[in-house]
Amino acid sequence: MAAEPQAASPTAAAGPRHGLRIAAIWLVLSVPAVLVIWFVWGPHLPPGDMSNTAASQQFDIKVMAVLAAPVLLGVLTYFGYALAMWRQPDGDEEDGPGPLPGAARVQVTWIVATTVVVLGLFAFGTYQLIAPAGAGAGEGPAPVWKPGGAPLQIQVIGQQWRFTYRYPQYGGMETTQLVLPVGQTVEFHVTSLDVIHSFWAYQLGVKADANPGVDNVAYTTPQHTGALTVRCAELCGLWHGAMYNGGAVLPVGAFRSWAARTETALAKVTRILPPYALTYSPSEIKGLAKFYYQAGLPGAGAAYYGPQYPAQP
Amino acid sequence: MSLPARIATLAVAFAVVVGGAVFVVVHYLLGATPPTVDFTAGHTSGQPVNMTIQVDPVNDASSTPDWVSYFVKSPQTGRWVHSTIWQLPAHTRINVTAYEYDTCDPLRNQLWGRVTGTIGGVMSVSGEAYGLNGKSVSVVNSYATCGVAHTLTVPGLGLNVPFAGVTYTASLKPRGCTQAPCVLSNYHTVTKFSFYTPGAGEYRWQCFIPCGLATVQGNGHAMSTLGFMAGFLKVVA
Repeated sequence: MAAEPQAASPTAAAGPRHGLRIAAIWLVLSVPAVLVIWFVWGPHLPPGDMSNTAASQQFDIKVMAVLAAPVLLGVLTYFGYALAMWRQPDGDEEDGPGPLPGAARVQVTWIVATTVVVLGLFAFGTYQLIAPAGAGAGEGPAPVWKPGGAPLQIQVIGQQWRFTYRYPQYGGMETTQLVLPVGQTVEFHVTSLDVIHSFWAYQLGVKADANPGVDNVAYTTPQHTGALTVRCAELCGLWHGAMYNGGAVLPVGAFRSWAARTETALAKVTRILPPYALTYSPSEIKGLAKFYYQAGLPGAGAAYYGPQYPAQP
Repeated sequence: MSLPARIATLAVAFAVVVGGAVFVVVHYLLGATPPTVDFTAGHTSGQPVNMTIQVDPVNDASSTPDWVSYFVKSPQTGRWVHSTIWQLPAHTRINVTAYEYDTCDPLRNQLWGRVTGTIGGVMSVSGEAYGLNGKSVSVVNSYATCGVAHTLTVPGLGLNVPFAGVTYTASLKPRGCTQAPCVLSNYHTVTKFSFYTPGAGEYRWQCFIPCGLATVQGNGHAMSTLGFMAGFLKVVA
């Protein structure tokens, strides 16, 4: 009499512990990935650490990359494992995989894990927007977050196609280069004389819209000396791409020396600049030369253009 | 429709499409770039280059005759060329004589009233300029004297020269320039300055008077168009 086939043992019926295997593979991949991202790639992530706002942004990106990597690797590991282990065997023509024991547990695990990550990032992002260094973005004319102390004020003026910088604490001088002292908190007042621009000091981690008639305030504190680049980040006309200039973060002594020297050199032109104000009218100039009226120039007066020339076509 | 008629229709349609594409390329793309006026041909190293330009309230383009515009005198032919792309030798002194035939406008930012990047940080002004005639000038107050017509500003070189505008009076009106290139009998000012070219490269320049007839608040039209109030210095080694 032929022997009856032996019933499968309970362990064999349950099959291998897939969850444990997947977790082990995921852990082996994730740990080195996280270490590499944090310690090797992280210090080179944009925008660097020239200022506290830049360093804060770099930290945020590192945190998000470190959180994203295990999630991504978890998805890929599960996907790869499923392809390898749960393929439809040859000859199996059933419709569908049949019951999936444990699927509910996987789903609950996934939902809980991703919910924790998303809510955690929400709390982390909200905190980082406010502290410790602010967002580095324009906060409008009435900033919610302000640093302590007495910041150095610098007005950023956008004009097609050049940024210029006024230093009200240095006689209201205006320069074409952005020069800052290291270790000193800076309060940018960003505005425009014509169309919408965006002041983007990449290495400082500062980006603030420059709108005509609006004073947009942003803060940063440079931490390291070095060269920086300012670009316009808002399409502002045909030569938008050419709207950039250089600048530098200098040691405090060198900055003071530069400021004193520049204030003296620019004294003659500073005298004819309009008084320092948080905004300037793009189309009207107070006290424009009487000569202009006397000459009877058509459509001019105290404004650039008369009503026959609308501001927009 | 017969076969020959269908072939003919197809051929005509094909010709229309190809013709349209060629027109767009030639008229709008190739035709949009002004010629490069070369100051390097025959130039002796170490010798200065003399460049003569004029800024006109009108130009010779049929489509946009009322756009303000630059002209440059060709060193080869001595004729005025409607172009804002000038090829210059590197590390060379450039002596510029600029004839300004336009009246003044206020600078939107008075900072551009300061002469920078020229030898000595000054320019000399003569002609029919209000309060500046015969002077060596380092700063022009465009609000007080209405003294600026246009600027030649090369951000990459730190060069900024505000050209003195013509003192506009009723008596001068009959002598206004109405046909480009303008001639010396038209009222004008003369601005002279010199600067040194840096190493090889292309350096963009523009005018900082928003003189584009208010389109996009002044910087449209001529202000942003090559051949009019925007251009390049092509500096070659």
